[in-house]
Amino acid sequence: MLPSWLVVGASFAYLMVLFAVAYHGDRRADQGRSVIDNPWTYTLSLGVYCTAWTYFGSVGRAASSGIGFLPVYLGPTLGFALAWLVLLKMIRIARSYRITSIADFIASRYGKSHVLGGLVTVIAVVGTVPYIALQLKAVASGYTLLVGDHDPALHPSGLPGWWSDGTLYVALTLAAFTILFGTRHLDTTERHEGMVAAIAFESVVKLLAFLAVGLYVSYVVYDGVGDLYSRAAQHPEFSGLLGLEGMQRMGYGGWFAHILLAMLSVIFLPRQFQIAVVENVNEAHLRRATWAFPAYLLAINLFVIPIALGGLLHFGRGEVDPDTFVLSLPLEHGDMALALLVFVGGLSAATGMVIVEVIALSTMVCNDLVMPILLRSRRLALGARRDLTGLLLGIRRGAIIVVLLLGYVYFRLAGEAYALVSIGLISFAAVAQFAPAMLGGMYWRGGTREGALVGLLAGFAVWIYTLLLPSFAKSGWLDPSFLEQGVFGAGWLQPEALFGLEGLDNISHALFWSLLANIGGYVFVSLRRAPSGAEASQGMLFVDVHRRGDGLPTSFWRGSAEVRDLMPLVARFLGQRRSEEAFADYARAHGVADALHLRADAELVHFAESLLAGAIGSASARVMVSSVVQEEVLGLGEVMDILDEATQVRAYSRKLEEKSRALEAATAELRAANERLQELDRLKDDFMSSVTHELRTPLTSIRAFSEMLLDDPDIDVADRQRFLGIVVSETERLTRLVNQVLDMAKIESGQAEWHTDDIDMRELLQHAVDSTGQVFRDRGVDVELVLPQAAPVLQGDRDRLLQVVLNLLSNAAKFVPRGAGRVCVALLDGPQEVRVDVSDNGPGIPAGMEEVIFQKFRQGGDERSRPQGTGLGLPISRQIVERHGGRLWLSANSAAGATFSFTLPLPAAGSTVELE
Amino acid sequence: MRKGLAGQRLVAVFIAGMLLLNFPLLSLFDRPEQPFGIPLLHIYLFAVWFGLVLVIAWIVERGAR
Repeated sequence: MLPSWLVVGASFAYLMVLFAVAYHGDRRADQGRSVIDNPWTYTLSLGVYCTAWTYFGSVGRAASSGIGFLPVYLGPTLGFALAWLVLLKMIRIARSYRITSIADFIASRYGKSHVLGGLVTVIAVVGTVPYIALQLKAVASGYTLLVGDHDPALHPSGLPGWWSDGTLYVALTLAAFTILFGTRHLDTTERHEGMVAAIAFESVVKLLAFLAVGLYVSYVVYDGVGDLYSRAAQHPEFSGLLGLEGMQRMGYGGWFAHILLAMLSVIFLPRQFQIAVVENVNEAHLRRATWAFPAYLLAINLFVIPIALGGLLHFGRGEVDPDTFVLSLPLEHGDMALALLVFVGGLSAATGMVIVEVIALSTMVCNDLVMPILLRSRRLALGARRDLTGLLLGIRRGAIIVVLLLGYVYFRLAGEAYALVSIGLISFAAVAQFAPAMLGGMYWRGGTREGALVGLLAGFAVWIYTLLLPSFAKSGWLDPSFLEQGVFGAGWLQPEALFGLEGLDNISHALFWSLLANIGGYVFVSLRRAPSGAEASQGMLFVDVHRRGDGLPTSFWRGSAEVRDLMPLVARFLGQRRSEEAFADYARAHGVADALHLRADAELVHFAESLLAGAIGSASARVMVSSVVQEEVLGLGEVMDILDEATQVRAYSRKLEEKSRALEAATAELRAANERLQELDRLKDDFMSSVTHELRTPLTSIRAFSEMLLDDPDIDVADRQRFLGIVVSETERLTRLVNQVLDMAKIESGQAEWHTDDIDMRELLQHAVDSTGQVFRDRGVDVELVLPQAAPVLQGDRDRLLQVVLNLLSNAAKFVPRGAGRVCVALLDGPQEVRVDVSDNGPGIPAGMEEVIFQKFRQGGDERSRPQGTGLGLPISRQIVERHGGRLWLSANSAAGATFSFTLPLPAAGSTVELE
Repeated sequence: MRKGLAGQRLVAVFIAGMLLLNFPLLSLFDRPEQPFGIPLLHIYLFAVWFGLVLVIAWIVERGAR
């Protein structure tokens, strides 16, 4: 046993640490260096799912039903597999429309309805206040166990007077904490960084404490997990815990129902919504949480069964409440320090849940219950008080204290009653009622206000009848015969076997009937009429939140407004400074210097309304905004019109974008074509000047010699003969040139005549070498001809191809060194084409000129070293070869010689090359 | 494209998890056998759970790169 001052001291020291962590978190947030802007903190804060009910109760449930406690944690694992789809959408919606609670979410989705928001708040309060009481009870019973005064003889009343009850002080400390860090100022996003930091810290503490006691029981008290199982196997009364039969009535149906229930709870519990959606700093954090949160749950559940078995083996069944095994096992073995650590872990589990739940509930109570009532009162709505921020904060703080005290009072009144100890899953079943309206609202445009209202009411009523009232009856607060006979003695109205449905445990039974009534009411009533304008517009905004900016207007609103009306309205609820800042930011983002000069269009009205919605809830914000602006009430038709308009605008702008892209592309093409034309023009000029230059050279010499002959009749015969020879040869050259130019022009314009013959390349090459033999011999050049044994016959214009070969040979002849030149002509026979290589041992083509030489009138080398030639040979040859479907290129080039190659395709079997 | 693929994978994992952790597949493992001295059912549940965590982690963290 521990002295009570130590336990109390440790508890309050721990709570002070919490204050310090939260204070640090808030400070860092103010400095802009957020501690919670990281996925691990987000994941840990989600651990608020594990409350004292998990911490103490899991072992208790494992002790009675074996593995049956597990679905409560398997459900969230499966649910989080879909978190990236469902939760992300929720976060987007909440962020876009400044939604700060589940009540607000549902109210906003179904046309900003006060009634719906209020109903959701009532369900949340009724469903979770007992759960808060359970946390307080866990702390209280842990304390009494630790200080050892749980002997009824010492305290006949079982509980000390309220003034000396430490639990009350814990509750009040928690209220102080929540007020300090939960309502520090009015924030339009309702984010509480310090509080989240503290919750993340608590998640670490409870995980470590639970793992510590788990390891202690498994490896210090016993010889490992295997040892525990084998010992348990020796007790036949525990054998049920090792399989599924230990679950008794739950069965497979109950197993599935519990998974489903937990899956829904992990999203729809007010505290989970608060942490996962409202307090989310960055959507990307959800990515890590998707797997890390289930991993956290796995870790905290690893030792539940070993501890339960250890407790049962040590104490036997019925001696000690299994819910306290985590504490009583270390106590029994005299490990006081560990017991204290475990108690602090339980305290962290309880306080974490209470803090977040109370913040979430106080936001709901303030925005969806109190504000609508206050707004009804004429005095407030008309603005008798200028600044309402103080009032708002006051309501929040009051709500926090009231909710906590309600929890405390319920805990005092209920004591050990069944209604309190079994509240965990009953509470889950209450919040599961939000699922149809929430999920339906996110994925179905057709849901209406009445549908959601009827569904929620029906589900809630069935929940009360099948779970809450029976739990009261089992606690002795109602006549227990109600359980057996139902109301009015009608047997078919038995609350735990409604309409005679049996074979399910009470939770699964209630979940089935309540969700049936809920979904049925929601769907069928929604389908009675088409959604109204307000419902349809909100439905569109929610369902298509991922498509925003893609044909969806930011708001559906028509009317006229004045900036000078909107700003003071927002300032009344947000405070002068914050609202001025917000409007100034908005103006800056829209490129307007002064917020007063903003155009009060639909977007600005939407902006002002969202600001207000963050502070007072969407339904109240709607009422307030509509009190200062003139607006049209939109029917479904108008909403559709606005949507069509927006879609059309979007479609037009997309078309415009496409057109401008097409125009740009066309411009680029035109520019390219223009450049090409200019290039061609330049080429033509070059061509002209080259041609005239080439024509002028022979003409000049012809004219010079002719004039000499004309002027001087006395020239002797030998000279005359020589001059005339030059004139003739120059004339021949001129003729050749003109012929080549004509030839080129013909080929290029496609007017050349082509004669198709069968060609034997061996014969053609032999002929070419023979006919140029004299030239080579004159220059002392060796010509080598390498021919295969046989070559296939191909089809083409024999004269033209001969021209190509002659051209290559004469080129080679021009460049090889006199007296030591070597030229090699080789024919290679391939499967699809023949290839001709003409190599020489000349100086090669200068670097950079490899392609230039194939252009018209361009010759390699500089002007002086350039041998005689028209500069048309290679271009013409290339044209001819390409016309035959082949290629002509420079295949090898070095200072030791160059090789020109060309290929000609062989005719495919049964077809011929068409030259034309 | 990548995001869409990850979403489809997560839905598939969800369905697989629902099947693996419920009747009738679950009943196949409710046997008296005790590998490593631990009931087969308990090993199976925690192993599937751990496997789900790993697969989900692989899917979402891969998409993050």
